[in-house]
Amino acid sequence: MAPNAPTLAIDVHDLVKRYGPRTVVDRFSLSIEQGRICGFLGPNGSGKTTTLRMICGLLTPDGGGGTCLGYDLVRDREAIKRQTGYMTQRFGLYEDLTIRENLEFVARVYGLDRLRERVDQSLERLGLATRQGQLAGALSGGWKQRLALAACVLHEPKLLLLDEPTAGVDPKARRAFWDEIHAYAAQGITVLVSTHYMDEAERCHEIAYIAYGELMARGTAADIVRQSNLSAFIATGPGADRLATKLRDAPGVSAAAAFGATLHVCGPDPAALERAIAPYRADPNIAWHEAEPTLEDIFIHLMGKARDNAPGA
Amino acid sequence: MSMAHLTIGRFAMGQGFLRRLAAMIMKEVLQLRRDRLTFAMMFGMPIMQLLLFGYAIDTDPHRLPAAVIAADQSQITRTVLSALANTGYMNFTHRPTSEEEANALLQRGEVQFVVTIPSDFTRRLVRGERAQILIDADATDPLAAANPLAAASPAINQALARDFIGPLAGLRNKADAVELVVQRRYNPEGKSRLNVVPGLLAVILTMTMVMMTALAVTRERERGTMENLLAMPVRPIEVMIGKIVPYIVIGSVQVIVILLVSRLLFDVTIEGSVTLLALGTALFITVNLAIGFTISTLTQNQLQAMQASFFMMLPSILLSGFMFPFRGMPVWAQWLGEALPATHFMRIVRGVMLKGADLGAVSGELIALVAMLLIVSTLAISRYKVTLD
Repeated sequence: MAPNAPTLAIDVHDLVKRYGPRTVVDRFSLSIEQGRICGFLGPNGSGKTTTLRMICGLLTPDGGGGTCLGYDLVRDREAIKRQTGYMTQRFGLYEDLTIRENLEFVARVYGLDRLRERVDQSLERLGLATRQGQLAGALSGGWKQRLALAACVLHEPKLLLLDEPTAGVDPKARRAFWDEIHAYAAQGITVLVSTHYMDEAERCHEIAYIAYGELMARGTAADIVRQSNLSAFIATGPGADRLATKLRDAPGVSAAAAFGATLHVCGPDPAALERAIAPYRADPNIAWHEAEPTLEDIFIHLMGKARDNAPGA
Repeated sequence: MSMAHLTIGRFAMGQGFLRRLAAMIMKEVLQLRRDRLTFAMMFGMPIMQLLLFGYAIDTDPHRLPAAVIAADQSQITRTVLSALANTGYMNFTHRPTSEEEANALLQRGEVQFVVTIPSDFTRRLVRGERAQILIDADATDPLAAANPLAAASPAINQALARDFIGPLAGLRNKADAVELVVQRRYNPEGKSRLNVVPGLLAVILTMTMVMMTALAVTRERERGTMENLLAMPVRPIEVMIGKIVPYIVIGSVQVIVILLVSRLLFDVTIEGSVTLLALGTALFITVNLAIGFTISTLTQNQLQAMQASFFMMLPSILLSGFMFPFRGMPVWAQWLGEALPATHFMRIVRGVMLKGADLGAVSGELIALVAMLLIVSTLAISRYKVTLD
């Protein structure tokens, strides 16, 4: 390895996980440099959670392998667990313990020293010091997620695996949550975070898009937009949004969606897309502009592509 | 007009009620059908239990093991013994040579009765004097001892009447030619509470300990905290012991409370060693907790865990000798009973509390509990997964 080569926090290749006849994750490879925030996107049931569980040692891969923080994925499961923080999709702390008791429990399981001090610091950082005696179950969704994150980083892990940490959380709490993620990354912690929110995807250093168990796109948000080769148009004017239903299934259109009063259409072939919208360009009330495809456009397009490739689909 | 409206309105409300009710019922049935294990338990369990307990339980047990010390061997003693055997209640399995040996058999619970025929029995009988037969009964379970003892005297006199021919014919009309001296050991007054209270210890512990642990682990799974726990560096054995220890303490407190209440309200005292009782109890609690833990690894949710605990509990009440005499059950049911920790613990508790049994007398039962603990713990640990696979 060259002296300046970046250290890979996650380096897995050809991961396979099957449940009976169903292949949930199919030859999945991913490498993430240390200190990066990688957004993990993909439709529901695409294998994101399964992949995260394989990386943190909760599931044994049926094929493939690799390293996590330099440890072998299967053999060094215990070592990985000690240096990784995994935040489950569902609130995984005890609702019938207080905020402080939860943190103390986690600290004890990891065998941390200076227990009281660490928990105090964590509560301070969270801003929950005054509410430390409340039951965790009494917290709102946003606070629960922040508490879960605090519990995850209590043992100062080098890698954070977050499974849809902000699902159902209000925008303000989400923003606070992401500020914290960035703060941890600045300390050198690597973060792999799954999400469905496009604005969150844009806050990541890089993105991995998975659909039906396969990695479909990889890179920074800008990379992905550039590599997508997708053309897009925005239509504005009265009634533009109503064209969405008409255009959605037209040949050459991979996605057509109304955003308020405007319409957003995209397709892989510029000529075909032009042909599809041509009948509606005559309408003098509607103005058409060429635009850059959004991440959402690209992901919906990729989803359709993945489904076409999926065997038996 | 307004009347018509009212009627229609009420009718519509009634229809709406039925429609919504039907929707609700259909939803419940669909959900119930999805939970296969619960469904199977709801139909399988009652049928199984009906058959099991219907055939197994006999409140009037026959062929109870008995020891005989016949210091006098004659035609008449043989008649007496076969008369006792012919009642169907006694089965002479042991022929101890001394009283000590017979007492040990009785204390270990290997025999229910010891029949002693004194050496001068025939002589006195022939002389027309009062002849005595001694029956020592293990009366810890008054239910098991009552019928055999009641049947003994008439059976003996009837058989002898047939034997009193020729020169002995004159004895035939002496109703009390043979006097039966009965000693109800360990529970002379035949109080059933003396038997029930120690047995309750086994039942209460089974009930709470198995269910508590079974729920403790399934609760983690149901609430989604298990995944979080597994992602942390805590080992299965640590989770298991950690879950069990608090309940060992709770179980011990339960035992102390039960013993104190028994003492204060029911006058049930501990004849034997308290240490031995504590040892047996600790072992029994641990076995139950291990069973609860195993149940939790086999079930998906708290409801199933609860049902499985009940499945364990009923035989512990009905087949362990708590409610009905153990010896009254057919052999297959006795084998089932032997497989239950409650059966062995029941013997330990009754032995120590009522009979003053020592370590030697209950060692077999202790060994059985240790064996069960080993088997169940192995099963539990092998079933508990470090991963979610």
